[in-house]
Amino acid sequence: MIEELKNTSASDIAAAILKARRNLGTASGLVFTLVVVTDSRHFNRVLGAAMESGREHPSRILVVVFGHAAATRLDAEIHTGEGVPGDVVALHLSGELTQHADSVVLPLLLPDSPVVIWWPNECPIDPADDPIGALGTRRITDSSGSADHLAALIARAGNHAPGDTDLAWTRLTPWRALLAAALDQYHGRITGALVEAAPGNAPAELMAAWLETRLSVQVDRVPGPSGGITSVRLHSLAGDVAVSRQPGNSMACYNIPGQPPREVALPRRDIQQLITEELRRMDPDDIFEQVVAQVLVRAKRGEINVSGRSQPRVRRDEADQK
Amino acid sequence: MTIEALHSNPLRDPQDRRLPRIAGPCVLVIFGVTGDLSRKKLMPAVYDLANRGLLPPGFGLVGFARRDWEDQDFAQQVHDAVKENARTPFREEVWKQLLQGIRFVPGDLGDDESFQRLRRTILELDEVRGTGGNHAYYLSIPPGLFDDVLGQLRRHGLVDEVGGSWKRVIIEKPFGHNLQSARELNQILSTTFPSHSVFRIDHYLGKETVQNMLALRFANQMFEPIWNNNYVSNVQITMAEDIGIGGRAGYYDGIGAARDVIQNHLLQLMALTAMEEPTSFDARQLRLEKQKVLGAARTPKDLAAHTARGQYTGGWQGGKKVVGYLEEQGIPPTSTTETYAAIRVDIDNRRWAGVPFYLRTAKRMPRRVTEIALEFKRAPHLPFTDTDTEELGKNALVMRIQPDEGITMRFGAKVPGTSMEIREVSMDFAYGGSFTESSPEAYERLILDVLLGDPPLFPQHEEVELAWQILDPVLDYWAALGTQPEPYVAGTWGPPSGLEMMARDGFTWRRP
Repeated sequence: MIEELKNTSASDIAAAILKARRNLGTASGLVFTLVVVTDSRHFNRVLGAAMESGREHPSRILVVVFGHAAATRLDAEIHTGEGVPGDVVALHLSGELTQHADSVVLPLLLPDSPVVIWWPNECPIDPADDPIGALGTRRITDSSGSADHLAALIARAGNHAPGDTDLAWTRLTPWRALLAAALDQYHGRITGALVEAAPGNAPAELMAAWLETRLSVQVDRVPGPSGGITSVRLHSLAGDVAVSRQPGNSMACYNIPGQPPREVALPRRDIQQLITEELRRMDPDDIFEQVVAQVLVRAKRGEINVSGRSQPRVRRDEADQK
Repeated sequence: MTIEALHSNPLRDPQDRRLPRIAGPCVLVIFGVTGDLSRKKLMPAVYDLANRGLLPPGFGLVGFARRDWEDQDFAQQVHDAVKENARTPFREEVWKQLLQGIRFVPGDLGDDESFQRLRRTILELDEVRGTGGNHAYYLSIPPGLFDDVLGQLRRHGLVDEVGGSWKRVIIEKPFGHNLQSARELNQILSTTFPSHSVFRIDHYLGKETVQNMLALRFANQMFEPIWNNNYVSNVQITMAEDIGIGGRAGYYDGIGAARDVIQNHLLQLMALTAMEEPTSFDARQLRLEKQKVLGAARTPKDLAAHTARGQYTGGWQGGKKVVGYLEEQGIPPTSTTETYAAIRVDIDNRRWAGVPFYLRTAKRMPRRVTEIALEFKRAPHLPFTDTDTEELGKNALVMRIQPDEGITMRFGAKVPGTSMEIREVSMDFAYGGSFTESSPEAYERLILDVLLGDPPLFPQHEEVELAWQILDPVLDYWAALGTQPEPYVAGTWGPPSGLEMMARDGFTWRRP
């Protein structure tokens, strides 16, 4: 790439040199290897998202694409430059090789630095036990990318290993931050809670499980209009702490007992923003581990409706007797 | 928000590092809001914080200035400033959230009526935005006016911490112009605010930079063993600016490079480089260590031999023709203000005895750069012939502060080929190249610290006074000379006396 600077100054030239050097990227500056596992149907979309996240995280990105052809074959495309500070390598695998993808990935990992595996769509039943999954220190799945979100979430919860996270959890961070900030200010006792969301919403189940582990109160899941979580309420004697957002709205209403209601920006985040948040942490997410354990407890109590049809909620006292 | 409050919050867990700390509801009042700094830095920083979800839903921003503006005129100013200068992309919903808390109070600093209005505005915000009496006052005004403003705030009951609310004040450098005036300034502040409520911002020295330096020095094993006078021969701390004084003639003339930069920025960098390991990274321990090392630092007795000052003359800087200092608008042609200052500082302790620290800063240098370079001694014996090592310089470790924050190491390597030839190479690490998030602006960190009530890493008055104690003899000496500083051509690395001062000790300045 040739960049021309017209009517410029020495400091602009120096800045352009620096930028060019960064864009070129050298392996010594790359901080981790990101392995994205997908199929040919999703390849273009996934490659775009991976390159986008590579812009923020200088890394080596290996996109492993499983093809359906019978012949054993490995094709690769290497993208460098193009504004991405790092290497992007697409690996197309087919035939018997799809069973041995780890043999292709292993030699291409950067020395020493962490390895992150990301399944943007369907993922193995047990990610940590998968041949590619086993290479990673961090494994990122997205139960909202599966056909049945709740079934996927429960499968992930059942096979959770340290280092696993799910983007359904990442989607909750801004909500959780607002709720935590509310309880920084409001010190009344919380007696119960409610999460309102469309049925079959994985983040809503994680929210309910999180509130249950943290607050040790009954958390009700009530159906709401479509569009993800629409409201979270924490009950107390003085009134509800509540964050609610109407579908399609990027402003949420924020209520704390004893304070005037206020509006706060709570936009939905796109996949790049989510993956960027995920890639910020290379250590296991202990809180997520506690929360998925609680998801299993709630599922066992029948509080999670996997089939998506309505089902009577189990009362807290009944659940406790089991 | 206190630590206790954090502990009592069941939704918080130290392991839950995804959750950011969001400041509690509060009002930020900016005095001198029409200034350049407010437009270029403060307002964008407030927006960036909101955009990162770190500002509370109940947040008020009050501007106070001598302008005939309504709330919406001020809001428009903020809007334009944000669009132009914010670091993060503009989002309508974030702006909507901010807009609800934006107010403007027209008025004079000396006028009771204006402060009545200010009081009513703040109380109204406390009511409708639920800001609960938590107020931070940003004094973006000349220090001479602090006394008036603080007096007005006191008289109008705007500084009393009632019902668990807090009141804090933010001031900017310069923190005085010598030891005496720094003490007076502190006297004025302490009549109204306890020292933990006073936040001093040095906009050159972001908290990020401080923390990066602490991480490099104290999170690693490989640097500490050589971080002393057994291995280090000298330390060079440089802050060079390519710009002249721009429109700041009124501020700069009579202040000069040493007061403007060495007193706060360079001596802080020196303290961070030279201090011992604090027992913990809480602000108090860190301050204690910095104070210890500043207390042990002094300038040499022979100031003529170990200091240098200069003043730029017209020339070409980076391809542009620029005027000299004395021809700048608003500068008297007889001004003796220095635009280049270099001093030697010695630290009298076991770790650093015999290692000179050279501090230099100037305007109109070839390029903008701030860095700390540790130059190492030569290896005691080189099993090579002189010609082999002709190109071998001294090992160096350079902490680059800006631009392109990072670390460079310089060492010798053999040139490939049959003959033995050793040449200097450098190994480079850049934060921007290895980390994902671009660093928040110094102002963003500071404003957030103020609103959270985080004990500031920024200097408190003891450090400010110690720094003046080091610098005062130099300033007095220069003032007593009564001569013009030595001229240097704009766009060069300074006057000959700067080079001679190093040569006397057997060193040379690195070219940063």
